[in-house]
Amino acid sequence: MATKTIKVDYLARVEGEGALKIVIHDGAIQSAELNIFEPPRFFEALLRGRAYTEAPDITARICGICPVAYQMSAVHAVENALGVEIIGPIRDLRRLLYCGEWIESHALHITLLHAPDFLGYESGIAMAREHGDAVRRGLMLKKAGNEIVAALAGREIHPVNVRVGGFYRAPRKRELAPLAERLERARDAALETVLWTAGFEFPDRERNYTFVALQHPEEYPFNEGRIVSSRGLDITAREYEANFEEMHVERSTALHSRLRGAGAYLTGPLARYNLNFARLSPIAQDAARAAGLGSSCANPYRSIVVRAIEVLYACDEALRIIERYEEPDTPAVPLEPRAATGYAATEAPRGLLYHRYRLDADGTIAEARIVPPTSQNQATIEEDLVSFVGGFLHLPRDTLRRRCEQTVRNHDPCISCSAHFLRLEVADR
Amino acid sequence: MIDALRRVVIGVGNPQRGDDAAGREVVVRLRNRLPPGVELIEEFGESAAILAHMEGARAAYLVDACASGVPPGTVHRFDVAASCLPRSLRACSTHGLGIAEAIELARALGTLPEHCILYAVEGESYGLGAPLSSTVRAAVSSLAEHLATELMQSRPG
Repeated sequence: MATKTIKVDYLARVEGEGALKIVIHDGAIQSAELNIFEPPRFFEALLRGRAYTEAPDITARICGICPVAYQMSAVHAVENALGVEIIGPIRDLRRLLYCGEWIESHALHITLLHAPDFLGYESGIAMAREHGDAVRRGLMLKKAGNEIVAALAGREIHPVNVRVGGFYRAPRKRELAPLAERLERARDAALETVLWTAGFEFPDRERNYTFVALQHPEEYPFNEGRIVSSRGLDITAREYEANFEEMHVERSTALHSRLRGAGAYLTGPLARYNLNFARLSPIAQDAARAAGLGSSCANPYRSIVVRAIEVLYACDEALRIIERYEEPDTPAVPLEPRAATGYAATEAPRGLLYHRYRLDADGTIAEARIVPPTSQNQATIEEDLVSFVGGFLHLPRDTLRRRCEQTVRNHDPCISCSAHFLRLEVADR
Repeated sequence: MIDALRRVVIGVGNPQRGDDAAGREVVVRLRNRLPPGVELIEEFGESAAILAHMEGARAAYLVDACASGVPPGTVHRFDVAASCLPRSLRACSTHGLGIAEAIELARALGTLPEHCILYAVEGESYGLGAPLSSTVRAAVSSLAEHLATELMQSRPG
C-alpha cells in the first residue's frame, strides 16, 4: 500500500467548526457571535419512523461526551408518554449513571480545558508538563466516572445497557463494590480539585443571570424535577415549549433559545448551584464554603470551582447510592405502547436537556424534539462576551484572545461532539 | 506498569459522519484476525479516553481520518514515538481535545508507548449519516491489510 509522511494542516474530527467572531468598533465591543454546529437537528429526523425502543441507542450517539444525558432524556420522555414512572433501585441506578457522566465530563473540562486558561498555558498539554500531578488527578477522576458508566451501561461511549423501562441487566450488588473503593479515592481527589481551583485568580465580573435548572424537593437534580428559574418560573417539562422559544439569529445558522418574556438565560453548573445549593450533600456544601463560595455565585469564571463541587457531590452521591443499593426483582418494567406525547428534561453536565416524543399507537416515533444545553446557553455566552470583554481590550491581542476563549469555556459549550476548532476572529472597525 | 505483551489499535471517528469513520472501520476489519494481546478499540476521539487506552501498552497504533488537502484515500503515517507531531496538527480547540492532544499529553506525562504509530486517512466527504466514500473504503481495506501484516510480524518475542 502507498504510505507517505507529509505535513498535514490539521487532523480532525471534521464534523464542523465552532467559530467565535467579535467585532470591536471605536474601542468598544459591538457584537459577539459564537457559531456552533448542532447535531441534534439531524437526529430528530433520524428518530422519526423508528420504534420507541430504539430511542435510547439512537440518542446515545448524538454526543460522545454526554451520551448518558441524551439517552436518559429520551428514556424519560418515552416513559412519560407511556404513563410509566420508575421508582426504587432502577431509579437509583439511573442517578448513579448520571453521577458517572458528570464526573467524567466535568473532570475533563476542569483539568484539561479550563484550568490552562487560569494558569496561563496555551493548552492542557503545556500545563501537564509542569502540573503533572493535577493532570493525573483529573484523569484519575475521569476514569472513575468512566467506570461507573461502563459498569451500568456496558460501554463508556454510547451506553448500550439502558432501555425504556429500566436496564437490560441490573448489576449485582457485589459488582458495584470495587467501584465504591475507587470512588472513595475519587472523592478525596475531587475535594483536592475544589481547593486547587479555588486558588486560581478570577476576573472580578458578575452578571445578573436568569438561571434555569431542574429542582427536586430532596435531591440535587440529575434526571427529575420541575424546571425552575431564578425569576420565579416553576413548570413541568410538558410546559417547556410554551415557556421557551428557539429563534433564528441573524448572520447565524444556529437556533438560540430564549425564555419568553425574559430573554437569554443560563443553564448548567452555575444555574444548578444557585437554585439547588441547599440540596448538595454536607461534604459538598462544606467544600464550597472552604472554597470561599456562598450559597450563590454570579461570577461565571468561578464556574470551574462550582464544577469541581459538582464532581465532589457526584462522587459522594454515587457512594451513597452504591451503599444502599438492593438488586431489583426485575431490571425493567413492562411497557405497552400507546398513542401519546411524552416530555422530559434532565441535567446534562453542561445544562438542561429537553426532549419531546410523539408516539403512534404501535410505539413508532412520529415526531422528536431535542433542545440541547449549548443552544440554550449560546445567547448568554454571547452576552457574557459583550459585557466582559470590553474591560479587557487593553490586553495584548494574544492575551485578549485567550480571555475570550476562557469566557466561552466558562459555560463548557458542547462543541466537542460537533467541532474541534474554535476560530477566533476579532474585527476592528 | 508496562505490559510487554499488550498492544492496542485505536480507531477514532464519528460513525455518523461519512469518511470520518475511517479509523473505526479499519478496526472493524481487523476483528478476529489478530493474535492475542492485541486490543481493538473504537473511540469517538476524546483524548482522555484515548490516553487511558494507551497507558501501559507496549505499542499503540492509532487510526484517524484527516483533511489536509491531499487526494482522498491518501494514508499518512507518523511515527509519533520518534518525534512530536508537527505543531500544525494540534488543534487550537476550545473543547475537543482529540487524538493529537492525547499523544502529546501522554508524552508530557511520560506514558506514551515506546512504539506508537499514527495513521491518518485523508477523507473525501463527511455528510451526516453518510457511509464511507468508495475511495476511502478502498484505503481503509488496504490499511487494514497493512496493519494486520505489521501486527503479525511485530509480535513481541
